[in-house]
Amino acid sequence: MIAHAIFFYIFSIIAVISAIMVTVSKNTVHSVFFLILDFISISCLFIMIGAEFLGMIMLIVYVGAVAVLFLFVVMMLNVAQQKNRWFISEDNSGHIPFGLIISTVIFFELIIVIGGWKYKPDLLNPSNLNVLNKISNTHSLGQVLYTEYIHIFQISGMILLISMIGAIVLTFRQREGVKKQSYLKQISRERSDGVTTVNVEIKKGVKIDD
Amino acid sequence: MTEIGLGHYLTLGAVIFSIGIIGIFLNRKNIIVILMSIELILLAVNINLVSFSIYLGDLTGQVFTLFILTVAAAEAAIGLAIIVVYYRNSGTIRVEEIDRLKG
Repeated sequence: MIAHAIFFYIFSIIAVISAIMVTVSKNTVHSVFFLILDFISISCLFIMIGAEFLGMIMLIVYVGAVAVLFLFVVMMLNVAQQKNRWFISEDNSGHIPFGLIISTVIFFELIIVIGGWKYKPDLLNPSNLNVLNKISNTHSLGQVLYTEYIHIFQISGMILLISMIGAIVLTFRQREGVKKQSYLKQISRERSDGVTTVNVEIKKGVKIDD
Repeated sequence: MTEIGLGHYLTLGAVIFSIGIIGIFLNRKNIIVILMSIELILLAVNINLVSFSIYLGDLTGQVFTLFILTVAAAEAAIGLAIIVVYYRNSGTIRVEEIDRLKG
């Protein structure tokens, strides 16, 4: 149990520090790297608590796809080196103190809610940490996911399809002055368009381009 | 201290959620970091769902975490596409210079 606690504190401290670094880092590329570190440590926590399938899926989806997408966009838009100007009141419209106050209030509200759970110990049963020992986490998720939640599963697939179509439609543009291959023109070309038969007279030759 | 319970995981989720909200308000650089803060908030929600699912012995939380993951990926793709289009049109994605709607 002590090893579990040590691992929990290591991963959660790394996660919190990297989450702070995501928001305060000057370079946007560094923010993306800290975001990757955050996702990896949280997925380690998921694997540790017993949700192995979700930990692995988070590694694949977030680190493999979303973070790389962020990195592509940051490097493509060349905004990595823009300076940040916090707390410098040139056109400071007073967002920052409000934001700090609101987020600390939200934090303390969440902490109070968690403290409230302490007074209902009969609802929580920490001993069923390893409830489903017979079958693995992935097995039990698969048993539920394709039977009870099949409609939501298919709707999430549609959401992914629609987002893919939307991203392509948004970023697609027709460029001017770029030579492209036209299959229709190539296929519909006939012999009479390209070749002419010329009757060559003796000692006169053929003039091209007349 | 050595007994890690539900409260520890919920506290971790609360901390990351608050850091995400602070990141949205604090950010004066570009809008990509705001998208990253939204990802942090969704991550905190996922932590809460998974820890409740494990401690209550109910798989529904993990199933819904899977769907939140899907929606987060779709949202990141669409948001980044909108940012790319905006940058192509106006040449900046600084937060204080995006004022075309005059809100």
